[in-house]
Amino acid sequence: MPESVSLANRAIRWDTVVGALLIVLLLLSFSVVDGFGNALNLSFLIGNTLPIALVALPMTLLVVSGEIDLSVASTAGLSGAVMGALWNQGMTIEAIIPVCLLLGLVCGLINGLLVTRLGLPSLAVTIGTMAAYRGIAQIVLGSDAVTDFPTQYLDFAAGRIGDTFVPQALLPFVVFLAIAVVALHATPFGRSLFAIGANEEAARFAGIRVKRQKLILFTLTGLMASLTGIFWALHYASARYDNATGLELSVVAAVLLGGIDFDGGKGTLGGAIAGVFLLGALQNVMSLQDVSAQSQIVVTGVLLVLSVLGPRVARQIAVARAGRRAASAPPPGKTPAPAS
Amino acid sequence: MTHPSDTGQAPVLALRDVSKSFGAVRALRGVSLELSAGEVHALAGENGAGKSTLIKALAGVHRPDTGQVLLDGEPVVFHGPGDARDAGIAVIYQEPTLFPDLSIAENIFMGRQPRRALGRIDHKATHEATAALMRRLGVDLDPDRPARGLSIADQQIVEIAKALSFDARVLIMDEPTAALTGSEVARLFKVVRTLRDQGAAVLFISHRLEEIFEICRQVTTLRDGAWIASEPLDGMTEDDLVRRMVGRDLAELYPKQHVEPGEVALSVRRLTREGVFTDVSFEVRRGEIVGLAGLVGAGRTEVARAVFGIDRWDAGEVEVAGRRLTNGAPSTAMAAGLALVPEDRRAQGLVMDMSIERNIGLTGLRTTVKAGLMDRGAERSRSLDWAVRLQVKYARIADTVGTLSGGNQQKVVLAKWLATGPRVLIVDEPTRGIDVGTKAEVHRLLSELAADGVAVLMISSDLPEILGMADRVLVMHEGRLTAEIPRSDATEETVMAAATGRAAA
Repeated sequence: MPESVSLANRAIRWDTVVGALLIVLLLLSFSVVDGFGNALNLSFLIGNTLPIALVALPMTLLVVSGEIDLSVASTAGLSGAVMGALWNQGMTIEAIIPVCLLLGLVCGLINGLLVTRLGLPSLAVTIGTMAAYRGIAQIVLGSDAVTDFPTQYLDFAAGRIGDTFVPQALLPFVVFLAIAVVALHATPFGRSLFAIGANEEAARFAGIRVKRQKLILFTLTGLMASLTGIFWALHYASARYDNATGLELSVVAAVLLGGIDFDGGKGTLGGAIAGVFLLGALQNVMSLQDVSAQSQIVVTGVLLVLSVLGPRVARQIAVARAGRRAASAPPPGKTPAPAS
Repeated sequence: MTHPSDTGQAPVLALRDVSKSFGAVRALRGVSLELSAGEVHALAGENGAGKSTLIKALAGVHRPDTGQVLLDGEPVVFHGPGDARDAGIAVIYQEPTLFPDLSIAENIFMGRQPRRALGRIDHKATHEATAALMRRLGVDLDPDRPARGLSIADQQIVEIAKALSFDARVLIMDEPTAALTGSEVARLFKVVRTLRDQGAAVLFISHRLEEIFEICRQVTTLRDGAWIASEPLDGMTEDDLVRRMVGRDLAELYPKQHVEPGEVALSVRRLTREGVFTDVSFEVRRGEIVGLAGLVGAGRTEVARAVFGIDRWDAGEVEVAGRRLTNGAPSTAMAAGLALVPEDRRAQGLVMDMSIERNIGLTGLRTTVKAGLMDRGAERSRSLDWAVRLQVKYARIADTVGTLSGGNQQKVVLAKWLATGPRVLIVDEPTRGIDVGTKAEVHRLLSELAADGVAVLMISSDLPEILGMADRVLVMHEGRLTAEIPRSDATEETVMAAATGRAAA
């Protein structure tokens, strides 16, 4: 829940705005865009958005605590590449998946240690590891594409529930979402993240173990990124070193679009997920309208800038409205003291 | 000493019947003020009385809604701080903002350095002009020294020199002494007297009443944005002034109760952090208030930080109620019953964007929990309970702490820590920058806590506060404990002697 309750009570909240925008976009698309409403497209939309959504969960927690991880797409790509390489070696998929998850955990742990032990800014650290993890992925798999994963796994990652348009993979996501919402908004851990993001020093003086919390977050983010990488390779039935390239841009854009303050300390997971699906729906509509992939990246970039701007403007409008309301209220009934 | 104002000439700078509102808040209501050449004029009032707004009106930051600003008797309108500066009005703030990597001389002449041919900066002329300013102030500061590493007191001198270089005739000093030690205040006052005797008009703001009486001749008092009185300080007592500021008689400022000390609650043994403090040992018993005095930079705050676990120590040990604390772990210190109210409430004590409720709640993340989840009801009632007990003045418990006055913010920090039910409470500058009414309340609270068996360690640069509240006074000098003085022997002289390293008591 947002901390600025006094304003939020009477003014527009940004996460509500994003939710409303999402609904408007969906309604418009259903009525105007050809082919949007059919089950196949809707399942594509959700399936293509799930990687963004999965990584957005830990990313939201990270940004709330004032940090960021730009290496997530590379971690996902590395996981996919290792998965492909090990599969080529003849390992079973049941043995490969834990190895990949452990690898992602280590990737996250390395980010976390560099940030918390050496005190480096996470933006710089994770730009570095973004390049490093992607490079390792290329070393591991070269330019091969591994596609012959077992069909039951491919079917799960691409399949739908019965005759509906709902992908099966949405179910585990909903479970993760529920866990993340509770963790951020209803536990002492989540409460401490807001405090760390808003004022790290004050959090430390309140006995909050800042470094430990951040280390946990980076590790979880690495874990989630590798899970996403596994899902990606199975969903698209292709493990390549360059899987999920650019995913970090979409995730960060979506999270900021959802009202998570880049400076930390503010935002809700509901807003972030609304931001994710707003971006996902937009990308889907653009694809249906034959907008090129390059142009879609341009739109995502513009959205990223707007999403940093939007909540600030909303807050300023709220403050201005509160000020006007106060100004138009009758002055307090005290009589001014005589001036001499 | 003669005062030109005795001759009755027009004031250099005056406000006449000035009002200023921000939304519904009427920050100033019909305020008048006259500053005369060669006179130090005090501006008194509690936090929120309108002092800052008045300064900003004089300095051209705010334009009055009604009323006039008069310069040499003529109405003027300042369109910005630049206008006021050009008119010879300079403001010296509590915490100066210098460029740390530039020298003193470069800071003073930033953007308007004397030039040589081809627009090159004339370093020699800059140096000499600065040296001349320092001579005029009677201060010995090397113009070529970088600003980095200067004490706040020295930085203020640089700001004053800069003001002089603009030919300032009016000097507005906004709580300049808040972060200074006794000897630094004395030097600042010497500079102020020099300027006064050279014909400057000075407006002086301080929460320390004894300073107002020491250096000022006239005082203007504000309360709730309204003008209360402008009068000579001659013949007034501190009580008179306080009554004007708070509008009522004030309970005793240092309501110290005598408590028979109990068992040892905090024990610090041979604590050392290399290069910061060395071999510090002391005990605080239940029911005791122990003062920790010393000059700024003597290592008092650093000892408190290490004891609480914010910084690590290199040697020694700390026990709270017989429990050894882990090095560098505030959470275990809290679990043992230690609480620290830090010196900087904005940066360390509070999360300014968070509500009062959540700020107090931050120390309860381990206790207001049910089945691993936050117990919102318990959190709210815990916060409300303590906000009410400490008489925090707020509209709603969900308001952000940033909306509160300084004194009320400090009460929220205290509430946050008292809610943990501490055995040992360390308070670092508990009343810095808060008004005299709230100050008396904080002192009464500390006294009651001690009476209830809490061990209190109070770090303060406010010597009367130390002498008024402490059962024992520990004094630090350059990273070492140099004296332990019982209440009966503690005087300004004995404490200052130990703090400046002149004598071991």
